[in-house]
Amino acid sequence: MIINHPLLGPRDAAEFTYLGDVSLINRPDWKDAEAERKFHDYLYLRDNPAGEHRELWYHEQGDRSWLVVTRDTVTHEVKRVELAREAALAMGRGK
Amino acid sequence: MTQPNRVTGGLINRDAALGFSFNGKSMTGHPGDTLASALLANGQKLVGRSFKYHRPRGIFTAGSEEPNALVQLRRGGHCEPNSRATVVELFEGLAAESQNHRPSLEFDLMAVNDLLSPFLSAGFYYKTFMWPKRFWERVYEPVIRASAGLGKLSMLADPDQYDKGFLHCDLLVIGAGPAGLSAALAAGRAGVRVIIADEDFLPGGRLNLESQSIDGVAGSEWAAACAAELDSLDNVRCMRRMTVFGAYDHGIFGAVERKTDHLAESAGKPRQILWRIYAQRSLVCTGATERAIAFGGNDRPNVMLAGAARGFLNRFGVAAGRRIAVFTNNDSGWRTAADFAKAGLDVAAIIDTRETPRVSGPGDVTNLLGRRVVATSGRKSIRSITLSDGLRLSVDCLAVSGGWSPNLQLTCHKRNRPRWEERVAAFVPGSDPDRGMRVAGAVDGQFTLAGCLRAGQEAGIGAAVEFGRAAPALELPRVEAEGCGITPFWHVAESRGRCWLDLQNDVTVKDVELSHREGFKSVEHLKRYTTLGMATDQGKTANVPALAIMASLTGTSIEKTGTTIYRPPYTPVSIGTLAGRSRGREFRPTRLTPSHEWAHARGAVFVEAGNWLRAQWFPIEGETHWRQSVDREVIATRRSVGICDVTTLGKIDIQGRDANLFLNRVYANGFATLAVGRVRYGLMLREDGIAYDDGTTARLGDNHYVMTTTTANAVLVFRQLEFARQCLWPELDVHLISVTDGWAQFAVAGPNSRALLSKLVTEDISNHAFPFMACGDVTLCGKVPGRLFRISFSGELAYEVAVPSRYGNSMMATLMQAGEEFDAVPYGTEALGVMRIEKGHAAGNELNGHTTALNLGLGRMVSQKKDCIGNVLSRREEMNSPDALRLMGFRPVDRGEELSAGAHFFAKGEARNMQNDQGWLSSAAWSPILGHSIGLGFIRDGANRIGGEVIAADPLRGREVTAEIVSPHFLDPEGERLRG
Repeated sequence: MIINHPLLGPRDAAEFTYLGDVSLINRPDWKDAEAERKFHDYLYLRDNPAGEHRELWYHEQGDRSWLVVTRDTVTHEVKRVELAREAALAMGRGK
Repeated sequence: MTQPNRVTGGLINRDAALGFSFNGKSMTGHPGDTLASALLANGQKLVGRSFKYHRPRGIFTAGSEEPNALVQLRRGGHCEPNSRATVVELFEGLAAESQNHRPSLEFDLMAVNDLLSPFLSAGFYYKTFMWPKRFWERVYEPVIRASAGLGKLSMLADPDQYDKGFLHCDLLVIGAGPAGLSAALAAGRAGVRVIIADEDFLPGGRLNLESQSIDGVAGSEWAAACAAELDSLDNVRCMRRMTVFGAYDHGIFGAVERKTDHLAESAGKPRQILWRIYAQRSLVCTGATERAIAFGGNDRPNVMLAGAARGFLNRFGVAAGRRIAVFTNNDSGWRTAADFAKAGLDVAAIIDTRETPRVSGPGDVTNLLGRRVVATSGRKSIRSITLSDGLRLSVDCLAVSGGWSPNLQLTCHKRNRPRWEERVAAFVPGSDPDRGMRVAGAVDGQFTLAGCLRAGQEAGIGAAVEFGRAAPALELPRVEAEGCGITPFWHVAESRGRCWLDLQNDVTVKDVELSHREGFKSVEHLKRYTTLGMATDQGKTANVPALAIMASLTGTSIEKTGTTIYRPPYTPVSIGTLAGRSRGREFRPTRLTPSHEWAHARGAVFVEAGNWLRAQWFPIEGETHWRQSVDREVIATRRSVGICDVTTLGKIDIQGRDANLFLNRVYANGFATLAVGRVRYGLMLREDGIAYDDGTTARLGDNHYVMTTTTANAVLVFRQLEFARQCLWPELDVHLISVTDGWAQFAVAGPNSRALLSKLVTEDISNHAFPFMACGDVTLCGKVPGRLFRISFSGELAYEVAVPSRYGNSMMATLMQAGEEFDAVPYGTEALGVMRIEKGHAAGNELNGHTTALNLGLGRMVSQKKDCIGNVLSRREEMNSPDALRLMGFRPVDRGEELSAGAHFFAKGEARNMQNDQGWLSSAAWSPILGHSIGLGFIRDGANRIGGEVIAADPLRGREVTAEIVSPHFLDPEGERLRG
């Protein structure tokens, strides 16, 4: 597989480590009244779609960027690659 | 020795002779021969014994699809089993041995299996050898392993070298037959960056095996001219002896190039290269493989595929037989008769299953239409055939053609399914095999030469246009018209003998019928139940006939029956090639500590810790047992001073305005109040509340920290911190960099550590100026910038001193020199371990991914007053039960006994089973200070059981010790020494 790094261009997937679903960015609020249940769901419940999937990859053998890769899990087609930091900000982290 | 079956013609160099041996028998061949063609030339028809029944077998094909002719090549560590004789290039001195027989190929005792064949049908090992159960491992399995099988490994290390490489191109053309050459030429002339790869050493594909001409010259000549032009183009790389074995995502292909397999010696060159090819576009021109027809006794030596028989004749000048018959269901078989007749060889008959084929053979050859071969005779070679009308013909070779199956494997590696094409009675690639992949030629069901040349040229021009090049003006080469008619015919039903489908795995039509009767009807089940299509040839000549028979049994179409899923590799790839240079010591990098040279010169014994080599202990003269060295190092350190290289701990430099906030969130304990110039122990949890890692973090400045991690987790913690920084809290101003390799760090421990360091450090490090848990920049030896941390893993008054790595080796020597007056010792990881167990510090054995802060006795460190990773889920009920495991100390009640790590705890008198298990001993050591064995371990409700006794049972070592539960802090529980 080839991942088109937003800063570095096309890189071989062997340079990356995989983490999982992009929802891992949505870490719950620790003060939430239902924090324990929400952290449980955050940590253990994830979708496993056949088709488009947004997922986290880490360019460990490169610039150490975390990336959000939109990949079709059936064809492995990579449709979009974003810097995870920017994606996280866009998802409302850091407010 | 003469070559009785060598006739005229062929693409071999008759001016040179190559001597080789088969089963010790000397033979000769010529450059340009394969081992198979040379064996046939020498009259060697029997070349191997079959896998299961030890049936005598001969050469069946002329290519990489060969099921029978598997031989053992070379000697000693170079020995390579299961080499297909049909693709082995002959070289001077080649030594080949046949496989799977005892004692010899000619007389194989194991052929008794053949008589037992009624008991060895499909799935026999699932049925016959089930009882009694314990017999499977002890009796049945070893016997089956010994009697069934292919080649034998030498059990020696492979002395050859293998390499890996990367290639990039616009267009990858796979296969250099008529379609591939045409395509590469068209695209290459237009300036496209082309790689064309072919498994053969001679480009041309079937052109070299057929007698057809192109533009008035022999097909092989045309191919040679094409290859020469491709070689001359700078933008084209024509790679011979290269098998593209797999198609992967995003236009990546795996290929093996055999660099020196065709030479007697590798002479220091890599034997094979594993290429990873990145191609914008790919064109699969892999041709087609001929398949057999199932009839009684169709496995006898010298029953071979019709295309192979004429291939040996046309390419190698070898007559597989002097009196040949052809059995076919399609037009291509007739060409074998024509080529043999033209060479002046005797063609007994053409037997065509079709009543009215629209093809004509050589005038004087008997055509027997609408007839079938029902039986054969002959043991070590075929002697006669019997036809459906009872006619018996004596022949010494039978050429069979059941039609052709496109080599569409590469188009299916990404799970595209093939489509059945009735016109050619074959599976062809499904539409749009993959983005950027096209097919052309026989692989696409184009079974005429004219069709292949046209399709290849069009595809090449198409690629040129796609890459924005001007389409080259090309004329289509002229070739003779030919037919490719076929009427599917799979199995001669009236045969009474066994009708073989898969020669390599000894699968017959009867096995398929049995599989069907027993409910294994899907092709995937059929494959697993009968072993059809397994092993080195993956059933290239057998699969389609077998699934056609399954289709007729189930009453469904062949298309619906489908094929098994094709997976890489297309042909076998040796493990050595996949490993490349990553073997032995080079399997992974070895990291050396900065003081490695010093330690090595000192005679240290090293241990691997992750990728690191660390000094384990430093023996001195007179010490004969490791414990003597370790005890001495511990005692010397606790009495005076010891020095240990601790560089391997992960070091992460953390800077930024929000660094403090960041640390407070990644550590479970509070970091908000850590002052500049101070160090704090930190415990990290995983988000699920399990303890993850620990270490110390020093605050060097307002916005500057340096964190240490355990050696084992250095990479993982760094990854996790980057995740937290970029994904969880992107708003924080914090930056990380790993400085593990940047700083050499040494623990200086013991009551005289301050005195020793005071000799080297410019700054005041008195207890008042530099108290326990202080840190700061220092100057060493008057000029070297360093960092000093007053932290202690040993429990002694101790420091860790860090200097830039380049000073590491001399720093060690300098510390030792300064320590001479204190009898300073270097100590290794064993003494380090003993001292931390004496002190009750958790390490990797305790932070094992199952234990919580509570288990470790650090429960109160987990702050619930702040947001930090893991604190919410650490509150889970199950993880906070009152009788949770607690880390405790253990000592044998009989002080003379020894505890062993891994022992499990049981109450006295209770059965040693899972229900009664109370915990386990995670670390154990001999304490030279206390003079007895000590241990750390987890035990239920341990904190309330001090003074209690348990059995530490270690059934693996056959040992049971009665142990007393004590505080994990065996030494100086108040910590007076380290504050002193």
